[in-house]
Amino acid sequence: MATTEEAPTRRRYPWPIEFYRSAVGKKWVMALTGIALLGFVVAHMIGNLKVYFGPEDFNHYGEALRDLGGDLVPRTSLLWALRIGLLGAALLHVHAAYSLTYTNWKARGGRYRQRDYVAVTYASRSMRFTGTVVLFFIVFHLADLTWGTAPVAPDEFFRGDVYANLVASFERLPVAILYIVANLALGVHIYHGTWSLFQSLGYSHPRFNRWRKGLAAGLTAAIVLVNLSFPIAVQVGILEI
Amino acid sequence: MDVTLRVWRQDGPNRPGAFEEYFAPGISSHASFLEMLDIVNDRLTLDNREPIAFEHDCREGICGACGMMINGQAHGPQQGTATCQLHMRKFRDGAVIIIEPWRAAGFPVLKDLVVDRSAFDRIVEAGGYITVDTGSAPDANLVPIAQEAAEASMDAAVCIGCGACVAACPNSAAQLFTAAKLAHLNLLPQGQAERYIRAEAMVDTMESFFGSCTNHAECEEACPKNISIDFIALLNRDYIKAKWRNGRLAAQR
Ligand code: FES
Repeated sequence: MATTEEAPTRRRYPWPIEFYRSAVGKKWVMALTGIALLGFVVAHMIGNLKVYFGPEDFNHYGEALRDLGGDLVPRTSLLWALRIGLLGAALLHVHAAYSLTYTNWKARGGRYRQRDYVAVTYASRSMRFTGTVVLFFIVFHLADLTWGTAPVAPDEFFRGDVYANLVASFERLPVAILYIVANLALGVHIYHGTWSLFQSLGYSHPRFNRWRKGLAAGLTAAIVLVNLSFPIAVQVGILEI
Repeated sequence: MDVTLRVWRQDGPNRPGAFEEYFAPGISSHASFLEMLDIVNDRLTLDNREPIAFEHDCREGICGACGMMINGQAHGPQQGTATCQLHMRKFRDGAVIIIEPWRAAGFPVLKDLVVDRSAFDRIVEAGGYITVDTGSAPDANLVPIAQEAAEASMDAAVCIGCGACVAACPNSAAQLFTAAKLAHLNLLPQGQAERYIRAEAMVDTMESFFGSCTNHAECEEACPKNISIDFIALLNRDYIKAKWRNGRLAAQR
């Protein structure tokens, strides 16, 4: 019979799993998937600027997305690869956020009677809220302009005519307001996210920390302004069918 | 000056607590915050009432014992100092001062304003050591250390383990404390042998007691030693390397 007992060693998983099990690892994943999602938001925004060139250009842009990769790959395959990657990033981002939120609520020891915050910003405190708003908005947005699901999508929805779909959707005032509110939430989320992801990735230095705030503010301003311009342009009649 | 205190009173661990109000007239504005509490406690004792329990030791900002939440700020309104270095002249005559213990699941209240900070000891035990040869004392300056490394390490080593970072964090995370203890050794040549074992062990231990950092930077403001959250970035860097390396080393056994 064994007299010495080995200290029970926990089974070690492959390192990405080991790493993701920790809270620090989840923050890394949030930062990396955040970069991927942010990249999508920026590309989506730039592509959408085509709407100002008129229906032909814009619809052509929509078609071109399906033709990504040209003749080298089967049609729409690259688009689907991007979509799947993006969906994976979004799922990881949400799962990590959910799991960290649970950890943090468990770690709290009751509320202070009085608490004067000094450093936190509205953006940093509201990440869970703005993130949830954006999540629900994305589902709405897909139903509205990608899938054309009634009753979210406009009655006139016609698959492939992206310009007309967009204009028909934004002509509905409540929908235009919803887009504006959701994009403001997205902006607040991106502001803290852009600043914060450098810290999570261990990339912080007094020499460029000021530059980080500037980058976060600039990116937020650009994304919010351009994205808000679409529903507003439709509402005031700059974009019409 | 006269002040009114609203103090959290709690008989013992896991007991219900409540705020009690004490009027403290005739306090010298030169008194330190802890001296003010001493005076209030003397008066309570003369009245045959239970004095307010609070922790203190050095009273010069180096031991980290005296942490408490004063008017919603860790160590009170003065930046870069511990409670014992705060003076009553920082308050208005007639001020109402709310005093609470640190609140975090990892810091259970023992009595009144005293919390159990031994979770910090667990974190230090997990990796806050280095390997040295025993025997006769080595010559001084045997290990050359770059001035910058020494300075950076000292910037982290000023941590007094008071717990203000946890108390101030909306997530009750102990990232700043752990990062400081980690950086203190990881930046020096003497700390390299255990660098990645340390990073993994200390962070994993930390996560078993505390929440997770979401980069609010509130800890940096609360820290009586002004330790920078840049050290947390170092922690994040060393931790991913540690998981990668330690996993690989485990596979070689
Ligand atoms: S009593 Fe030692 S730091 Fe305040």
